[in-house]
Amino acid sequence: MATETHSAADAAAAGPGMPQLDFSTWGNQIFWLVLALIATYLILSRVALPRIGAVLAERQGTITNDIAAAEDLKAKAIEAEAAYDKALLDARAEAQRIVAAAKAEIQADLDVAISKADAEIAAKAAESAKAISEIRASALENVKVVAKDTTKEIVAAMGGKADAKTVTAAVTARMKG
Amino acid sequence: MATETHGAEEGGLVFHPMDQFKIEPAFGDGAIGMFTVTNATVWMALAVVATFALLVLGSSKRAMIPSRMQSVAELAYGFVYKMVEDICGKEGVKYFPYIMTLFMFIVCANFLGLIPTSFTPTSHFAVTVVLALAVFLTVTILGFVKNGAAFLGLFWVASAPLPLRPVLAIIELISYFVRPVSHSIRLAGNVMAGHAVIKVFAGFAAITVISPVSVVAITAMYGLEVLVSFIQAYVFTILTCVYLKDALHPSH
Amino acid sequence: MEGELAHIGAGLAAIGSGAAAIGVGNVAGNYLAGALRNPSAAASQTATLFIGIAFAEALGIFSFLVALLLMFAV
Repeated sequence: MATETHSAADAAAAGPGMPQLDFSTWGNQIFWLVLALIATYLILSRVALPRIGAVLAERQGTITNDIAAAEDLKAKAIEAEAAYDKALLDARAEAQRIVAAAKAEIQADLDVAISKADAEIAAKAAESAKAISEIRASALENVKVVAKDTTKEIVAAMGGKADAKTVTAAVTARMKG
Repeated sequence: MATETHGAEEGGLVFHPMDQFKIEPAFGDGAIGMFTVTNATVWMALAVVATFALLVLGSSKRAMIPSRMQSVAELAYGFVYKMVEDICGKEGVKYFPYIMTLFMFIVCANFLGLIPTSFTPTSHFAVTVVLALAVFLTVTILGFVKNGAAFLGLFWVASAPLPLRPVLAIIELISYFVRPVSHSIRLAGNVMAGHAVIKVFAGFAAITVISPVSVVAITAMYGLEVLVSFIQAYVFTILTCVYLKDALHPSH
Repeated sequence: MEGELAHIGAGLAAIGSGAAAIGVGNVAGNYLAGALRNPSAAASQTATLFIGIAFAEALGIFSFLVALLLMFAV
């Protein structure tokens, strides 16, 4: 193999071949690699990993707490909503009650006013009826007087002598008929 | 020999797809000894720095509402944590830092390697073999420590007909020992292949007529490489989890 | 001569990458078919999908590696 004949100086002088198989450098590489790995291991296991693990755990805890708090707040919000709904329902019922009461009151007022108006109307009607009957009676009386007078006149004109009493009796008898 | 033909073919078109993987001293020249600071060292260190910046500096505020950096850090944490928990179960969570180390190192090294002119440590077998062997040894030792001889039940498929079991045992044994090989070569091979292909397309750009095609091809390959960088880190990690699960619960 | 043969071998080994592509396509296609039949179960199987793709692709990477070795290391 060509590599076996390569010294380190040959490899440095742009010689061909695979530098990977130049075993003269292996000791050097392995030494530094082991050093690098130990350094990395110490850095990671002593400092970096515990710290990152702690940060992650802490964040997990915070997130869990926050989620619990959020659940709490959500429950409270639901409670508040229920209370609000209840208040709304109550208010609505109250409003309906008030409306009903007002309606009833108005109805009562209305009934009173109507009955009053009815009574007034009835009174007025009675009064009017009375006036009408009076008028009718007076009219009858007038007719009687006119009939007597007319009868007297007619009788006188026919040359008779009208006895007032007779005439009145006759007219009254006629008028009844 | 490749040496003779290299650089001389296709009338001046030169391809050096493997040059980008060369290991060189970061400061000055000279031979590479055991403790020389090389470009591989620099980029491995940068991967560590990137991991540090993302996971430590990113989370330094410990904010309840994360900033962008912190979100990414938490995303990476959750991603790997969930993977470990889903595959290995609750007992596997103990090994989470180990798996997170592998994941962060590979993913940072891969992504940093995508920066032009950078170096990708994970394209070297030296690196991936060590990573895979570490997983292999951990899993094997852990399996025996946790389950004792019962760990060998992994190779003795109790649900198969009796005559088949020895054959299956041999196959299982071979596949068990091939694990670190495929585990390491998959990562290094994928990363190396993508980088080498980009380099080959870049070599074609020397021809004026082809260069627009080359640029488009490099762009497309780069997009694919971004995907591959992540997926290979993911696959390496998830296979580690699967092997770990075998060690924790050896029964099939 | 040896070098030329190595190059030919590398080209032959690269065929394996295409075979791995068929394998990966098979895995992904069957996953998609299954996911469309039962979308609710799809999310839980993405990890399996990636493991399957990784295994299929690893073998292609092996052949790619053989090609690279023949090109540069033999």
